[in-house]
Amino acid sequence: MSDTPRSFQEIILRLQAYWAAKGCAIMQPYDMEVGAGTFHPATTLRSLGNVPWAAAYVQPSRRPTDGRYGENPNRLQHYYQYQVLIKPSPPDLQALYLGSLQAIGIDMEMHDIRFVEDDWESPTLGAWGLGWEVWCDGMEVSQFTYFQQVGGHDCHPVSGELTYGLERLAMYVLGVDHVMDMPFNDPDAPIPLSYGDVFKQAEQEYSRFNFDIADTEILLKHFEDAEKECAAILSHEQIDPKTGHKIVMAQPAYDQAIKASHLFNLLDARGVISVTERQAYIGRVRTLSKLCADAFVQTAAGGAA
Amino acid sequence: MPDLLIELFSEEIPARMQAKAASDLQRLVTDGLVEAGLTYSGAGAFSTPRRLALSVEGLTAESPDTREERKGPKVGAPEKAIEGFCRGAGIARETLEARDTGKGEVYFAVIEKPGRKAAEIIAEVLEDAIRNFPWPKSMRWGSGSLKWVRPLHSIICILSDEAGADVVAVDIDGIKSGDNTQGHRFMAPDAFSVTSFDDYESKLKRAKVILRADERADMIWSEASNQAFAAGLELVEDKGLLAEVSGLVEWPVVLMGTIADDFLGLPPEVLTASMKEHQKFFSVRDKTGQVVRFVTVANRETKDHGETILAGNQKVLFARLSDAKFFWENDLRIAKTGGAEWLNALGNVTFHNKLGTVAELVNRMAALSADVAPLVNADASEAAAAARFAKADLSSEMIYEFPDLQGLMGRYYAKEAGLSDAIAAAAQDHYSPLGPSDDVPTAPVSVSVALAEKIDKLTGFWAIDEKPTGSKDPFALRRAALGVIRLVLENDLRLNLDRFIDAQLVRQKFKVEDSLTNDEVNELVELIAKHGVFGAAYRTMKDVWGKSDKVLSDGFGALEQSVPDKSVELLAFFHDRLKVYLRDEGISHDVIDASLAMPGNDDLLLLVNRAEALAAFLKTDDGENLIQGFKRANNILSQAEEKDGVEYSFGADIKFAETDEEKALFAALDAADAKIAPAMEAEDFAAAMSAMADLRKPIDAFFETVQINADSDLLRRNRLNLLHRIRTICLSVADLRKLAG
Repeated sequence: MSDTPRSFQEIILRLQAYWAAKGCAIMQPYDMEVGAGTFHPATTLRSLGNVPWAAAYVQPSRRPTDGRYGENPNRLQHYYQYQVLIKPSPPDLQALYLGSLQAIGIDMEMHDIRFVEDDWESPTLGAWGLGWEVWCDGMEVSQFTYFQQVGGHDCHPVSGELTYGLERLAMYVLGVDHVMDMPFNDPDAPIPLSYGDVFKQAEQEYSRFNFDIADTEILLKHFEDAEKECAAILSHEQIDPKTGHKIVMAQPAYDQAIKASHLFNLLDARGVISVTERQAYIGRVRTLSKLCADAFVQTAAGGAA
Repeated sequence: MPDLLIELFSEEIPARMQAKAASDLQRLVTDGLVEAGLTYSGAGAFSTPRRLALSVEGLTAESPDTREERKGPKVGAPEKAIEGFCRGAGIARETLEARDTGKGEVYFAVIEKPGRKAAEIIAEVLEDAIRNFPWPKSMRWGSGSLKWVRPLHSIICILSDEAGADVVAVDIDGIKSGDNTQGHRFMAPDAFSVTSFDDYESKLKRAKVILRADERADMIWSEASNQAFAAGLELVEDKGLLAEVSGLVEWPVVLMGTIADDFLGLPPEVLTASMKEHQKFFSVRDKTGQVVRFVTVANRETKDHGETILAGNQKVLFARLSDAKFFWENDLRIAKTGGAEWLNALGNVTFHNKLGTVAELVNRMAALSADVAPLVNADASEAAAAARFAKADLSSEMIYEFPDLQGLMGRYYAKEAGLSDAIAAAAQDHYSPLGPSDDVPTAPVSVSVALAEKIDKLTGFWAIDEKPTGSKDPFALRRAALGVIRLVLENDLRLNLDRFIDAQLVRQKFKVEDSLTNDEVNELVELIAKHGVFGAAYRTMKDVWGKSDKVLSDGFGALEQSVPDKSVELLAFFHDRLKVYLRDEGISHDVIDASLAMPGNDDLLLLVNRAEALAAFLKTDDGENLIQGFKRANNILSQAEEKDGVEYSFGADIKFAETDEEKALFAALDAADAKIAPAMEAEDFAAAMSAMADLRKPIDAFFETVQINADSDLLRRNRLNLLHRIRTICLSVADLRKLAG
């Protein structure tokens, strides 16, 4: 029986240690605004092609429409996801995953863990997979997905993806009812900090900004710029005239796709996108994702010979 | 005779797919075995979240030898043809037998196939079944290319008899068959081997797995009912949820939990929806119907008897219901101000890109609802207000979260907005009837809005040519038309649909035709109400505006053709749906056609009353015979009219009647006339038809004794004119010419 962690960060540290011990490269968050850990190139791009891969990382994620000024016990516009991606998916991935729950103090003898059908689809990434949401005592604690397609490309081999919603999972493990009350560092630390100490003000500021202030014209312009830049980057010759090497710029282009996706989320939160337009915007972001995927599979990391 | 046991053990199979997958496995395997020449005495298929299992009993140990003879080309036929024949039959050239058939020598192939061992057949059939399994969605995993619903881990495939059990060797992309499986993921994870189906099922039970889904469902239902009963409460039945939950557990453990008092003020439907959709909880209610507890089904036993699990579930529910309460309270705040914010928001929601926003839809519905109201005994302004509020809840937070509660929330919010009970009821009931077995609203305001909603939908999609074709009916227009039919018939409503179809088509056209103005629409719709038909209204308006200095738009001109055309098509669509509806009620096609051919056929109640009376009439002896008499009269008359090129409608004169029978017919027709005309006036079809039935004997007697084509031209003409009276009287009731047989 594992002892119970005492803080939010201890849960993160235990997950890092667990997946490191299982052989994953422990990566750091991607340095851009994303809606979910899946957007990290360590997942999207690395799930393409046949080069084996195993990575785990924390990814700060932003969902502008979920902002509640820090008042809602479990809704945040900025939160953390823990992401694991292993390619090819190992046969014991379910057991590995359950081991990670034990590592953060969930006693399998006392809890009811269930794998409940939940097919995953990301229209902006042109990606889908089959899997489950994992329930612990009726609460969704993770998403478990076998990627079938990313950026319009069939996944061969298939990657297994695990996504943990860290705040919710930690609140459950730590027995906290309001996210802002959750101990961020150890409660006995010289300067104990709660999640609210760290993030409450930011939630308020971003909620106001996202819903009422973000300049939609600027956002629209940035969206179009990102879209243009993405295509422009990929339109260059693959052979770099300066070095003479083949350098496909899949990752810089993908950064622009990530930007476009986040700008779309912000525009959506501002309520300026109508139902019909919504589909069109999603389609535009998907087009970028596909272009980037097409480019990545022509690189060495994407499995090109 | 050996028994076969198959188990396909995988990661968790979606609950909704399990039952069909089990039966597909049974079908694919048993069909394959039979096709290969094996027989069996019984089979059963089972499923749990992690396994599909199949038991086939009394299987033959091997397939019989077979011998088939095939006739081939003639001896001396081109070598190519002979080779081709051998290839097709799968035999060597030298084994061909030449036989004299009496028409020359012909080659015969004798194909002998020795029987095969059951194991060999099973291995092939199972591999085929796995590779071609009809999962609704399947996936690959790892580096493999095999597809299954989720990763497939192991296969049991054994044949057993008194002597023992043998593994049937199957290797599917590296997954080798054996006699091993595992128990419950957490309670008994160790592997164990099995020797037969009975052994398998009982060992599974020891390993905390109930193999049969119906057994798990029974356990859940009876345990949950008992716990509710013991607390003086009642479990809310939900068969779909029960089936789903049975597919989420291998070892069901029922736990009943409480709902915090904070949430008991939520509508019970919200509690139930929130618990069911997100948590798959059953609702438990008290004697007043209030949902006060929940039942969750865990997949394991624990040392603390589920206390931790229940506490966790309660916590999750608390968070969920906090959300629901948050939505509810926000919604109530808006509802209490009358919901104007929601109604404005409907202006941003597209109903259909050619038919405008939901706000525009609501305005059209309100106008039509007010038009219909007087005919259904509703107050016009209340009916319009009800239509205006009917879609308000679509903007609410609760409906965003739980779309299935649309209408129901509208009812709650209408009450909060201080609207009348009738308006609140209409907010919920105007969607009805949804299906053929759904209840039809009866409250006048609900009926007005329900009719308006459906007629608006139909005219809208007709206006933009989006009609159902074949099996495609994406906007559920057939259901809408059936809804109108049932609303009219089950509420005994007398209304001429044409008028409302025309008016609503004009309102729809306002959106579709560019230049049509609001003034034009309003005035035209008023004139339609006054004249009852589009044509007269249109001409009047053209006249009046023509004489004034007002200029009619091009869009107005376009209505002249389009509205009558669409209106006729749409009424025909209603008639088609009505035929389907009446056929289900046992009224045949031709009876409806005979009734449809009469005037006023846009009044569906009148139409159905006529058809029902006619159907009843045809079931009587008199009715059936009268129809024969009518047909005989009509045929003779029609032939004579065609031959002579005249119409015999001058009126027959009794003074030229020769025989008693002929005189009696005159008298009978007079008597029938006297009864039928007032009966038709009163729309008493049964009385009219009964009067018509009195004609049967005189008509029969007339035909028996009188020759129509008499030598005397005068007599002949008089008699044909008499037949004409028969035809006129009979056709005044229904177009009997349309009747079959």
